[in-house]
Amino acid sequence: MSETLRPNLQRSGDIITPEIVAEHGLSEDEYDRAIDILGREPNLLELGIFSAMWSEHCSYKSSKIWLKTLPTTGPHVILGPGENAGVIDIGEGLAAVFKMESHNHPSFIEPYQGAATGVGGILRDVFTMGARPIANLNSLRFGAPDHPRTRHLVAGVVAGVGGYGNCVGVPTVGGEVNFDPGYNGNILVNAMTVGIAPKDRIFTSGASGIGNSVVYVGSKTGRDGIHGATMASAEFDDESEAKRPTVQVGDPFTEKLLIEACLELMATDAIVAIQDLGAAGLTCSSFEMASKGGLGVELDLDTVPCREDGMTPYEMMLSESQERMLMVIEPGKEDAARAVFEKWDLDFAVIGHLTGSGRMVLKLNGEVVGDLPIDPLAEASPEYDRPWTPLPATAELAPESVPAPEDSGQALLGLIGSPDLCSRRWVWEQYDHMVMADTVGRPGGDAALVRIHDSDRALAIATDCTPRYCQADPRAGGAQAVAEACRNLNAVGAQPLAITDNLNFGNPERTEIMSQLVGCIQGIGEACTALGTPVVSGNVSLYNETNGKGIPPTPVIGAVGLVDDIARTTGIAFQAAGEAIILIGETRGHLGASIYLRDALGRREGPAPPVDLAAEKRNGDLVRGLIRGGRVSACHDLADGGLAVALAEMALAGDLGAEVEAPGDASETPLHAWLFGEDQARYLVTTGDVGSLLDAARAAGVPAAQIGVTGGPSLTLPGGAPISLNELRAAHEGWLPRYMGD
Amino acid sequence: MKAAVVVFPGSNCDRDVQVALRQSMPGAAGNGGPVMVWHKDADFEKVDLIVLPGGFSYGDYLRCGAMAAHSPAMTEVVRRAKSGVPVLGICNGFQMLTETGLLPGALLRNAKLKFVCRDVHIRVETSQSLFTGRYRAGTALRVPVAHHDGNYVAAADELDRLEERGQIAFRYCEADGAITEAANPNGAARNIAGVFNETKTVLGLMPHPERLADPALGGIDGRPLFDGLVEALS
Repeated sequence: MSETLRPNLQRSGDIITPEIVAEHGLSEDEYDRAIDILGREPNLLELGIFSAMWSEHCSYKSSKIWLKTLPTTGPHVILGPGENAGVIDIGEGLAAVFKMESHNHPSFIEPYQGAATGVGGILRDVFTMGARPIANLNSLRFGAPDHPRTRHLVAGVVAGVGGYGNCVGVPTVGGEVNFDPGYNGNILVNAMTVGIAPKDRIFTSGASGIGNSVVYVGSKTGRDGIHGATMASAEFDDESEAKRPTVQVGDPFTEKLLIEACLELMATDAIVAIQDLGAAGLTCSSFEMASKGGLGVELDLDTVPCREDGMTPYEMMLSESQERMLMVIEPGKEDAARAVFEKWDLDFAVIGHLTGSGRMVLKLNGEVVGDLPIDPLAEASPEYDRPWTPLPATAELAPESVPAPEDSGQALLGLIGSPDLCSRRWVWEQYDHMVMADTVGRPGGDAALVRIHDSDRALAIATDCTPRYCQADPRAGGAQAVAEACRNLNAVGAQPLAITDNLNFGNPERTEIMSQLVGCIQGIGEACTALGTPVVSGNVSLYNETNGKGIPPTPVIGAVGLVDDIARTTGIAFQAAGEAIILIGETRGHLGASIYLRDALGRREGPAPPVDLAAEKRNGDLVRGLIRGGRVSACHDLADGGLAVALAEMALAGDLGAEVEAPGDASETPLHAWLFGEDQARYLVTTGDVGSLLDAARAAGVPAAQIGVTGGPSLTLPGGAPISLNELRAAHEGWLPRYMGD
Repeated sequence: MKAAVVVFPGSNCDRDVQVALRQSMPGAAGNGGPVMVWHKDADFEKVDLIVLPGGFSYGDYLRCGAMAAHSPAMTEVVRRAKSGVPVLGICNGFQMLTETGLLPGALLRNAKLKFVCRDVHIRVETSQSLFTGRYRAGTALRVPVAHHDGNYVAAADELDRLEERGQIAFRYCEADGAITEAANPNGAARNIAGVFNETKTVLGLMPHPERLADPALGGIDGRPLFDGLVEALS
């Protein structure tokens, strides 16, 4: 740095004490490195910038070396991780753009705004790249239903997700909601957006063109969300309530205008680069744009549109006010760009320009108030190989050692009406899941189906994770999450193309947690390779802990697949009486880490179900082929609660019962393990043509057997009395509205 | 026939209704179907039908439809409606119509205070209108609702008058047409889902017929409304 600037910087007069450094979440080592890079002590503004850029949230310092091991390329990958969202080729000149991101910490502190701004943030990641968002999904994990905060958090998060998505006019088509005491002090709110763009018009964030204007558009900058990224990288304690001011406030109306204005401008050739203002606001966005372009940037902070007077550079640079974007505009196109944003009544301000200095220079009233080198700061961002150890295998759990229920029907009624397996109708009816008039497969099925506008093709989208399995065996759990997400796509007739992942874990500085993270990433990588679904985007959320207790490991997978003909898809509902019900895949009756074990018996033990990726691929290919060939009338993947729960869901969706019998060769498996076991790679399908379907399975080397026939007003399990659909429905639909006090 | 869809900042069902109308307009593929009119345009071309689409105009921040009612294009919509140009308001469009006084009553927050998005049934109360000519009175249609503020209210004598004059277009009902409290998704007075003005040239309704006008979306009960309008106005 030049000598002439030094006096100005010193004049900002900040004395950086060790306490201030600690408050900014930097270790002593990291602070020393910051001094090395600057060649002097930073002032408070600069310290704030270091803190944000090197936070776990922005730097991925604990996970980076493991994320690099994931498969990220493939024939249809256009852009993998590293941009705002992943981009895949979906044919006919179009690309799907998608990503999932967490907003866990803010949602626990302030559930409505936390969830709402989570949705807003992920939407921006997608339309920043030139895609029109066509679907939102949400993976939500709450604490035990009887925990005093849970009801309040459920109500707030669901209202926030709906409040934002409904107003923006992007359908919320699916996701997950689960309850576990492990999230009592730290809920998870993971939001996913999928968009569609012309594949030759993808916008990225790498700046170019020294002298080009840096333009700020959208909402004004306020004092909200300052240091959100640092908060999101810290554990919670009993004082966390005091962090409420670090939660941002969402304005979905402005987001809607921003979407339309950006897409309108993107149809011209005015934009060189574009980046949304997310975590760490202006700091992170301008840094990334300049860093990716190998350039410098000079910002004149007097020109930043502010919500109130007297905001300091520190506040402006670290504010996480929502609904803002940064763009680099082609020279001479500024006025045309301004006209678009003025049409939509949005702020538009030239706040700086690109330089060749490789530095970020921040000016206020003509004076330099901050001056940092870009590449050294980005490159020196810490990267840790934190200690981990493969976790010991969990002891096997023989099905025989797990007590059978007195009455399978009653056990099924209990499970289908339990917090984790009951109907989520109460949730999805608060989300507009039909706006844009392309929702072909609505919530409640295995995967959402959203038609590609003005075509007969559709994207299938699902999110999945089974933390019970990840806890028992991180590697198997990671693989299972990918396998099940893909199974959900296969079950509607879609070809899985790629995934996004949202890795939610506790404090990685503890070996136990780091081992979970490593194991899950290994499992995800193996499954993605085997199933041909690369990871194209993702997010890591660590330090999900309260008072030293980590959440269950929760690597949520969002999978996207393609349907070529919406007429050749299936749902889970039984379609007609008298059809054969066929179970596809091998059933051994695995009860370890199952819902039956946990919810019917109150036991958390046993290993995760083995994941045979070759079988997943084989069985999935078979099922997809059958659906595309019009040879099955309904299909459902088997997951939590196993066969019995899947049967009940199909019967309820179709309002049509079934009679079920265990096939002869299942006699070695105890009945309750056959009914409630959670063996993987399995599907239920219905057909009027049993013979040819079983032949096709045999030819593919896939186990398949008829287990029953559809029909009647009740579901009859082997050796049990008929359970009326009315009774099943009352149990299934009753719990959540009752719990929420409706 | 020519139709216009007015687009407000925050409208989000404008394209959906354009698509639904277009498929009912013979030869519309060539001319793009309904024209989209920006809310700042008070001087848009002469059309046979004006549609106020669903969405969250101005974020619904003051009161649903309240700010849109004062938009430049709306001043023109009111003028034309009074001269007899048919106007269809869906969801947020219905809210605008009550805010401008083109339709009586008001739409309050849903009785359960939550946004509700699901298929409901509505009974066609009359086939004697531009909008409902393709339906038989008494038929139950399946169409989705998606709103936070669809709880229709008006003074009791106003409601009586609406009934006497046949201005009730649709009521929430069971699948068999029975009018029950359970079938009412938002607490609307007398299960009212949609009302006409006195001349039945203006219709406002909370449900979204444009969302079930395509078999791929799971139903086509909404389609005759658009087919009927196009036929009547061509």
